[in-house]
Amino acid sequence: MNAASLNPMILTLVTFLPALGAVLLMLFPRRARDIRWFALGISIATFVLSLHLPWHFVNGHPGFQFQVDHQWITTPNIHYHIGVDGISLWLVVLTTFLTPFCVLISWKSVNDRVKEFFILLLLLETAMIGVFIALDLFLFYFFWEATLIPMALIIGMFGHERRIYAAVKFFLYTMIASVFMLIAIIWLYAHTGSFDFVVIQGMLASGKLVIPAHVAQWLFLGFFIAFAVKVPLFPLHTWLPDAHVEAPAAGSVLLAGVLLKMGTYGLLRFNLGLFPELARRNAPWIIVLAIIGIIYGALVAMVQPNFKKLIAYSSVSHLGFVVLGIFSFTQAGLNGAMFIMLSHGVTTGALFLLAGMLYERRHTYDIKEYGGIATPMPIYASFFLLITLASIGLPLLNGFIGEYLVLTGSFQAKALWGILAASGVIWSACYMLWFYQRVFYGEVKHEINNTLADVNVRERTCLWPLAAMALIMGVLPMVWLRPVEPAISRVLAFSTAQAQSAAPSTMSNVNAAAPVAAPVAAAVPTHTEQENGR
Amino acid sequence: MIPSGDYIRILPEIVLSIFGMLVMVIDPLLGENDDRKSIGVVSAIGALLALGATFIMAGHPGEAFYNILRVDDFAVFFHVVVILIALACILMSFEYLKVQEIRQGEYYGLILFGTVGMCLMSSAIELVMLFVAIEISSISTYILAGFRRRAAESAESSLKYFLLGSFATAFFLYGIALMYGATGSTNVDVIGASLRQGTPVMAYLAIALMLVGLGFKVAAAPFQVWTPDVYEGAPAPVVALMSTGPKAAAFAVLLRVLFGTAAPGWFWAIWIAAALSMTIGNFGALVQTNVKRMLAYSSIAHAGYLLVAFIAIRSMEQGVSAAMFYTAAYAAMNVGAFAVVSHFASAGEKYVSIEDYAGLGRRSPVLAAVFTVFLLSLIGIPITGGFFAKFYVFRAAISSSLVWLTVIGLVNSAIGSYYYLRLLVMMYMKEPQSDESVPSVPFAAGFAMAGCVVATLYLGVFPNRVLQFAIESARTLVH
Repeated sequence: MNAASLNPMILTLVTFLPALGAVLLMLFPRRARDIRWFALGISIATFVLSLHLPWHFVNGHPGFQFQVDHQWITTPNIHYHIGVDGISLWLVVLTTFLTPFCVLISWKSVNDRVKEFFILLLLLETAMIGVFIALDLFLFYFFWEATLIPMALIIGMFGHERRIYAAVKFFLYTMIASVFMLIAIIWLYAHTGSFDFVVIQGMLASGKLVIPAHVAQWLFLGFFIAFAVKVPLFPLHTWLPDAHVEAPAAGSVLLAGVLLKMGTYGLLRFNLGLFPELARRNAPWIIVLAIIGIIYGALVAMVQPNFKKLIAYSSVSHLGFVVLGIFSFTQAGLNGAMFIMLSHGVTTGALFLLAGMLYERRHTYDIKEYGGIATPMPIYASFFLLITLASIGLPLLNGFIGEYLVLTGSFQAKALWGILAASGVIWSACYMLWFYQRVFYGEVKHEINNTLADVNVRERTCLWPLAAMALIMGVLPMVWLRPVEPAISRVLAFSTAQAQSAAPSTMSNVNAAAPVAAPVAAAVPTHTEQENGR
Repeated sequence: MIPSGDYIRILPEIVLSIFGMLVMVIDPLLGENDDRKSIGVVSAIGALLALGATFIMAGHPGEAFYNILRVDDFAVFFHVVVILIALACILMSFEYLKVQEIRQGEYYGLILFGTVGMCLMSSAIELVMLFVAIEISSISTYILAGFRRRAAESAESSLKYFLLGSFATAFFLYGIALMYGATGSTNVDVIGASLRQGTPVMAYLAIALMLVGLGFKVAAAPFQVWTPDVYEGAPAPVVALMSTGPKAAAFAVLLRVLFGTAAPGWFWAIWIAAALSMTIGNFGALVQTNVKRMLAYSSIAHAGYLLVAFIAIRSMEQGVSAAMFYTAAYAAMNVGAFAVVSHFASAGEKYVSIEDYAGLGRRSPVLAAVFTVFLLSLIGIPITGGFFAKFYVFRAAISSSLVWLTVIGLVNSAIGSYYYLRLLVMMYMKEPQSDESVPSVPFAAGFAMAGCVVATLYLGVFPNRVLQFAIESARTLVH
């Protein structure tokens, strides 16, 4: 059979296979063991299927591929329009890659209401993939909201002590914020008659749709708030530590690994894709927030007594880099932002898996309860060290590439931003290494820790692929960046064109747009720079 | 001489009345302590036949009885909605009446008669006829509200509803009288034609008074104060009926009167009523501990969302069709939610506080899952009818540049999600407080719930057909 013949339906298959699995799970297996194996089988099958995407992806093509466009509802004009480009390609694969590990990490730790748990997990996977592939704004909003319920239930039903507070907080933050996006989406529909992202973008590019300046700012903010809460951008991040600490291990992995990227993906796709000129005009204050996030997240992470919270705050810091990269409007910065999204998914996913393993053994996240863990659990400690180093951004590991690119990009845009953000790299080394030292080195402080068993086969199965991925991504970044670059160039080219066409009409923003426009031209040869940088 | 075609145009009403009378006749034939289920079955058949009659009626559009009724797509739409609501309420009452030991067959008769009134409300184009129809529907529901007569709160509910309700109808009647004075007619079309010529001050007053009356019927702020008490005391299946049926019919009347007559000066009145209803409803619901009271406040809030559609004056077709879709979706989810509440309440409506729902996800997973669908729909989460209902309403609002009202509405709906969420949290995230098993759902009530689930999801996944129909009927209404 010709594998390419799958192309038209592959995205639908990948997206809905987990949901189908969830439905089957509802109907058939009863024993907890069967349910676990079934869920594992489905999630692995989804991952294998999703590999079709990068395999058959045409690298030089900047537009959307594997597109499907069917009319779903006629009034209003809603289409089932899906497709991936370089920006969403790897995010889909990241989602399918992380889900099997979530099944594995929950193997023993979820004993009660096993069926419900795996049904929710699989539904969540469908919704997350849907967010990345939807090209119809309505469909996007639909999947966006659809991630909310399973995640809130996973936190609320299977989490730790303060789970209900965390679940409700998570739900309300996201719900209230996404309402503003809905208003913006409805406004766009009311004035274009279409929800189609590609169509609306085309209308904006051709000047068929001209959004009045004051309205455009509100629309931009409508989308921005929904995404900023999800990222989370300082000062909207307060739901995140609660949600992370209270969520079960699998929930934290997906929350950090994928859900946060939905925010940055949204910023990149919609805020830059639809309102490029406004994105440039708003960039300064957004970047200030991002840099505050980087430094504040790192400082707060340093003083956390609870190591899951520490990892949660480190996410705030890392995602600050992503936002900084996106709003630097340089090829390097945007490439770097994309790369951090992926590498953060892998490393933080791995960190939460590791945290979950330790929690399974001792049922506490308190750093004081540990110390000298490397003695009873040497293999665990080595994995943890590798991932810690990857998270800090040690060269040859995946964290380095992204941070380097983002810093390059922000230096090109404005040196001060680069300098401030670079301090975040130092902070991250401080809090992660100090944390590592306190937990793993020295004498075993608590007698009970001597009896801890090292990682078993199931846990090793989780850790090896992630550790290997951290290394591969660090050594061969171009494999990942090659499909990304054309799509990023397209976003940049579109935003430059929009900014220039808008500049003469509104005199006030000439000054705002000019300084950032200059480095864009300089950023074109970044391709070779990256190779040198490595 | 009345042409025989006219009778076809009230065929559903005729069928419902005949079955209503049949119920009254059969009732005394049964023994004092017999179960009234057989009567229920008869009235369910009556409702089904009325539904069939509606389709026959739909084939004969036009005016009837010297221009006091008009059968058009708009009327057919509300006939179907109202009759389906009545059917669902009848089905869920089988079990309820047995559990509460209510042995009066008139109960079903009153539901059927009330439905006659609601059906007529949607097709009447003569204000006096409208008034009669409203009274038929209201009086039936006044009595139904007091059917748990051994419970004090039910009596309170009935009395409160009756007293305030009669005040409201009096206002409505005043409005009709003034409108007659202003335009010399009580026919909606003639009034419309005359108001287009010029608007006497008296017409403003007339419309204001009529809005007061109808505002009471749809439980819109500031005429909403009766709602929580009445809903709390009335039997749960009756609340399912009166929170959706008469409301849907009253919205039909509002649509016909306001759009049919091109009535003046209601824009700001409705704007304020909508904003107030949404806000009061949602904030009121936040602090409730009784599920029925909570759903009462929630119904005020939903009336507010619905009113938003009324003032989408720059895109009237969108507005009217959105309002129609909303009534259908709201009927499906709210009747469903009350079906669950009525089943769960058990004898004497014992379990109606939110705390009682703790751990329902464990004790009865299917019932909890069904309730979840309705709650998610009430929140307005995609793939449920509630989502598209809100979506269409706010789209119409934005098309008419009502951005502020949209912002108020959507922020409200986000805040509102909290109290529905509280029930979800109770059901899934708290441990059960008692080991008492939840009785399994009997067939009839289960059928009603399943029907509501299917309707809610159908409207959420394939909203097309219903909306298309609504748009077409809106076209005939707004010309």
